[in-house]
Amino acid sequence: MSHQLKERLQALAWLILPIIAALLFTAIVLLLVGAQPLQAFWEIARGALESPAKWADVLTAWVPLALVGAGMSLTFAAGLWNIGAEGQIIVGAIFATWVARNVHLPLWPTLFLVIVAGMVGGAFWGWLTGLLRVYARVHEIFGGLGMNFIATALIIWLIFNPWKPARGATMSGTEPFPPNAWVPRLGHTRLPPLAVLMAILAVLLAYYLLKGTRYGLELRAMGKNMRAAFLQGIPTHRHMLSAFILCGAMAGLAGALQATAVYHRLIPRISGGYGYAGMLVVILAGYRPEWVPAVALFFAAIGVGSPRLELNMQLDASLGGVLEGAIVLFVLLAAGLRKRLARRSS
Amino acid sequence: MRVEMRQIHKSFGPVHANAGVDLTLEAGRIHGLLGENGAGKTTLMKILSGYQSMDSGEILIDGKPVTFASPAEAIRAGIGMLHQDPLDFPPMTVLDNFLLAFDDRLIPDRKRGEAMMLELAQRFNFPLNPHVAVERLTVGERQQLEIIRLLALGAQVIILDEPTTGISAPQKVQLFATLRRLAHEEGKAIVFVSHKLEEVEALCDEVTVLRRGKVTGHKPMPVPIDELVRMMFGQSIAMPDKPPVPLGEIVLRAEKLLITGHRLEIRDASLEARAGEVIGFAGMEGSGQSLFLRTIAGLIRPKRGHIFLDGEELTGRPYREFMRAGISLLPADRIDEGLVRGLTIAEHFPLRRETPFFIDWEENRRYVEKMIEFYNIKGRPETPVESLSGGNQQRVLLALQPPKLKVLIMEHPTRGLDIGSARWVWEQLLKRREDGTVILFTSADLDEIMTYSDRVVIFFSGQMYPPIRATDLTVEELGYRIGGRAAPDAEA
Repeated sequence: MSHQLKERLQALAWLILPIIAALLFTAIVLLLVGAQPLQAFWEIARGALESPAKWADVLTAWVPLALVGAGMSLTFAAGLWNIGAEGQIIVGAIFATWVARNVHLPLWPTLFLVIVAGMVGGAFWGWLTGLLRVYARVHEIFGGLGMNFIATALIIWLIFNPWKPARGATMSGTEPFPPNAWVPRLGHTRLPPLAVLMAILAVLLAYYLLKGTRYGLELRAMGKNMRAAFLQGIPTHRHMLSAFILCGAMAGLAGALQATAVYHRLIPRISGGYGYAGMLVVILAGYRPEWVPAVALFFAAIGVGSPRLELNMQLDASLGGVLEGAIVLFVLLAAGLRKRLARRSS
Repeated sequence: MRVEMRQIHKSFGPVHANAGVDLTLEAGRIHGLLGENGAGKTTLMKILSGYQSMDSGEILIDGKPVTFASPAEAIRAGIGMLHQDPLDFPPMTVLDNFLLAFDDRLIPDRKRGEAMMLELAQRFNFPLNPHVAVERLTVGERQQLEIIRLLALGAQVIILDEPTTGISAPQKVQLFATLRRLAHEEGKAIVFVSHKLEEVEALCDEVTVLRRGKVTGHKPMPVPIDELVRMMFGQSIAMPDKPPVPLGEIVLRAEKLLITGHRLEIRDASLEARAGEVIGFAGMEGSGQSLFLRTIAGLIRPKRGHIFLDGEELTGRPYREFMRAGISLLPADRIDEGLVRGLTIAEHFPLRRETPFFIDWEENRRYVEKMIEFYNIKGRPETPVESLSGGNQQRVLLALQPPKLKVLIMEHPTRGLDIGSARWVWEQLLKRREDGTVILFTSADLDEIMTYSDRVVIFFSGQMYPPIRATDLTVEELGYRIGGRAAPDAEA
């Protein structure tokens, strides 16, 4: 019993120590720029939690992080370094925007089509990266990076050319969508409950696929050893493509929701960096979808809280990003250290 | 210079690659290091040349103990190695590769280096052009570059790891002449690592034979071929008897296959196998038997020819369809190809069983527990496969096979297994014959091949010979033939 307790405490220590280290590291960065670390952390926390409106903002930011995290847990399970979620979000938003601008139906049928279009767009973009990986042997990191750049160029071109508002193109994006393509919000907050529901469903889907289905087991086998998985008769090429498509659909959904539920228009920075932040989320979650919601909530809170640094302390909001990145690095460092110690003692 | 390796031990996980090896190298001698693949030759030489650390043991140069932390330290002490795949920089020129070896100044003196290179190349009649890229050279020419590079670095001991793979016949003649000159005229110590008997016989002054990480013999040449074969393959362990099973219809037919591998081409390979038949594939490692069997398994597509299973043509279909048709391959590398490292025993079964899309893990666990008991696997459903012993890994692999198979292909079914597990594996395989399964297997253990095969197919450097009935063969004869020659009485 005491042995078990000791093991649990050790596991807990391995979880908490890297976070403390990351806070210390960020504190040093803050001291270097002449700010009070404790005050800064306090401001972030307050900025994220001080009012129900802020809680709603945190949940709104949680949606794309959870969606991308859920999608990437599938590609990571298959051993694929899919970094293309950023581009998949953008293309999802573009497809959704096209439907929102061109389909004039009542609210729910329009929303249905907008959301499906977003998922199709993201899935298409992920599928292209998958095709490059499977048939042209372009590693998915390079393929994903390239596709991200193309998506960024595409969205800028669309906003500044065919979709520019009547009063002239600016970085503030297209004309607002017609109101029949707006996802309803909760009361006076900015929170779209439908989006939260869909993100929860996506996380559950990723979880059950990986835990409870043959498909998920086969993806995990591929992630452990692609060659052995192939020899066991797993259709590795087909599964790689489908994992890219599923991840792309979830990222594309995130893009569609950013456009129709948050901004009600297409803006150049529609992805808001959630494609990369989502990757940090899934890495910190140990590639397990069941941990994605909690980690995503934490990241969403930092994201919503850090603009307060600018208002009250004249610091740049990107310090929140420093904190997020530091946590991921220290957690990875601790995992590596722990593995190394385990190897030495065995 | 005299190099002694004493009681060298090196393990990789559970594999004891070198288990107390002694080796002495003398200046002016060509020392053959002979053994099957996996016998521990390359590991031993990588230790000597500083590429790998040893677990225990000592290396003495002229009686003084030395340790090498890197290949650079070994070459400074005069020991250099030519690797099986040359470790050079293909896009760079011959001269750049040569200079990289020893000119470590910021701005290398190219003129001096070129003169030095050409002088060395001329001394051995190597037609090397300093200004072409290394990627345009043949393997033989790259070896020549490696040799003069090591000489320029002052190597007194030169190790060559399987140097004759992939070079042409004239290049081989020239290589042997060069090695003889280096040893006998210039007083270098040469280590010639090989699994080819006839080359060791033609070239070496003395030979050390390794088997499963241990020295099984050290003798001055010449040594009779059958003695070398015995040292390489050893005396086999007693195995269960093979009760006769009447053979059925022809199940598998391969017609005039043309198969191209990495460094090998097999032409006109044909085979017919009947239900319940056991066919052993004998040959030195890399002679083509694995290539042929992996083609039958559907992993390699033949360039020409046909494969039929029960009269239905499978040629050109994907591997999964070969599996679905009832052909199964159990690879020699059980943990890196056969099983999925990192998954548990229980997680392997839904990959191969008829399983619904939504896995019933409870039902699967009950099934796996039954299989663990039936196949006597020392492990639990949640045990990761990589923590099992080799024998238990093989048991899991056999337990994963569907009950009715038409063709079961085994690469080295008992390699690395203890006697108990080896016997058990063959009991299982022999039982499968009763369902009409064809068993095709490779083995480096000639007794294993003679004991269990109905017929034996011999491979020698890409040539597949027609099957011979095992009753028409002896172990000695088989040993001669896989060495590429007929038995002495057949020559007479």
